[in-house]
Amino acid sequence: MGRITLNNVGKSFGAVEVIPPLDLTIEDGEFVVFVGPSGCGKSTLLRLIAGLEDVSGGQIRIDGADATGLPPARRGLAMVFQSYALYPHMSVRKNIAFPLRMAGMDKAEQDRRVAEAARVLNLTDYLDRRPGQLSGGQRQRVAIGRAIVREPAAFLFDEPLSNLDAALRVGMRLEISELHERLKTTMVYVTHDQVEAMTMADKIVVLNAGRIEQVGSPLDLYRRPRNVFVAGFIGSPRMNLITGPEAARHGAHTIGIRPEHIRVSDDETCIWKGEVGVSEHLGSDTYFHIHMAGRDEPLTVRAGGDVDLYHGDTICLKPDEAHIHRFDEKGHRIE
Amino acid sequence: MATKASRAAARLMISPAVLLLLGWMIVPLSLTVYFSFLRYNLLMPGDNPFVGWENYQWFVTDTSFTAAMVNTLLLVGGVLLITVLGGILFALLLDQPMWGQGVIRIMVIAPFFVMPTVSGLVWKNMFMNPVNGIFGHIAQGLGMAPIDFFSQVPLLSIIGIVSWQWLPFATLILLTALQSLDQEQLEAAEMDGASWPARFWFIMLPHLARAITVVILIQTIFLLSVFAEILVTTNGGPGTATTNLTYLIYVSSLLQYDVGMGSAGGVIAIILANIVAIFLMRMIGKNLDA
Repeated sequence: MGRITLNNVGKSFGAVEVIPPLDLTIEDGEFVVFVGPSGCGKSTLLRLIAGLEDVSGGQIRIDGADATGLPPARRGLAMVFQSYALYPHMSVRKNIAFPLRMAGMDKAEQDRRVAEAARVLNLTDYLDRRPGQLSGGQRQRVAIGRAIVREPAAFLFDEPLSNLDAALRVGMRLEISELHERLKTTMVYVTHDQVEAMTMADKIVVLNAGRIEQVGSPLDLYRRPRNVFVAGFIGSPRMNLITGPEAARHGAHTIGIRPEHIRVSDDETCIWKGEVGVSEHLGSDTYFHIHMAGRDEPLTVRAGGDVDLYHGDTICLKPDEAHIHRFDEKGHRIE
Repeated sequence: MATKASRAAARLMISPAVLLLLGWMIVPLSLTVYFSFLRYNLLMPGDNPFVGWENYQWFVTDTSFTAAMVNTLLLVGGVLLITVLGGILFALLLDQPMWGQGVIRIMVIAPFFVMPTVSGLVWKNMFMNPVNGIFGHIAQGLGMAPIDFFSQVPLLSIIGIVSWQWLPFATLILLTALQSLDQEQLEAAEMDGASWPARFWFIMLPHLARAITVVILIQTIFLLSVFAEILVTTNGGPGTATTNLTYLIYVSSLLQYDVGMGSAGGVIAIILANIVAIFLMRMIGKNLDA
């Protein structure tokens, strides 16, 4: 069980309000990702749930019981830190067993649970090593092992993959997703990487300056961003946001269109015309950064891998009208 | 730049400094060793015959030598115990966020800058004096007989003074070590259900272990040679109650004018100090490797 409810939870450091009061429900078994640019308060929100910071107002309920004033250890949550926070002077075995030892569990049960966690995480051969002798990915797994032996109500991950190199990050992403499939435990995951958010989450919470901009499934957010911020943040490469007469023509202050919804056409019926700037040929796809008259920022367009256009070529573009997102002056979506 | 020619030039240019340092060390050392084998007392002029190990034999079999060794051990051990335990406590306190942190830290470190003779005199006259000292006044104010520290508990008083001087050093080193502890480790331990005593015992103390060894070894080197505090307070007395090895060497060579005996004591002290120094070098070397 692990249903976490935040009612009106807010946090201020002195006079600075980091998180204005917000409401959020995390359902049992859900994989929720908090995503946002750095400094948006996502880690603070996670630490409020963990109990490592005191809330300035509001109530946190875990499985219906009020946990607002409980110390971290009694909330039944486990956390994986960005720096792994392994205990350097203890062997992997002792690291994983530490929470059990603190709970006063008997030795045989400790050994059984550590062995089980080590088997699940492929750490059996490393149990007697020190954290300093392990690679980054292995350390990450030890940190996860230390979390799962407690059989917590929910796991909290604080940017766990940001210290790993790109290849390892993809691998660990899959491992954490698999772990969630197997354990079916609630997981709350903080990241600034929207690819991690898109691939892992059941539900994404997009945060900006402490406020929740939108909550929804990854594809929901991708297809129907509620405002300009979410539109610009979710999706890689970013959505093109266009203001001015072109937007006015669609009856909006800002219009947004994703790179894959602009077609490159060679006939004379082009709607937008521009000059190719940088082009990134990935083989399967090609991303063109196109400079258009009257726009400072280049427009990003995704085309097939077989489009042979290079720097300085003139290009003809046709946006897919059905996929244009329209936003008003305040940045809200217009249906 | 590491050609054969440049290396040779480098050696040539360093050599004056190296030779000077070598002479600086070797000449007094060999003279001390040489004197320690002579019957050489300034009160008995005449020739100074070679007497072999006689000086060592007399120095070691003297009853005050045993007393001095015991006192040295008690002094070093006592001060180490107080400064390490006190240093950990002070470091934990100073690590807390508080108002006026900078000023408080400077005040804690201040005793380290007071000269040994000065602090010995201040403690002797202003604190521990049974008539004028603050402790005497407090005792009288409470209706108790004042303690005459230097005659009733002489060694303990010296230990107290020296501890006061070295506590800042231990505090400073341990505080720096404590501040280098990753806060996320403590938070992780908190999430894992460790109470404060458990976090101290399982996370902080192992983290401090190296700093504690460094404090112990460096202090041992300096505490073996405590002298000024004894000279200005008790003169090694009453009897030999506060005579340590350094003070005994002073007594032999400068009060009894026995150069040979004093040199023999000096050589013994050098050997003792070097045993500690070897451990210190190894420990620090290991810390630099890791």
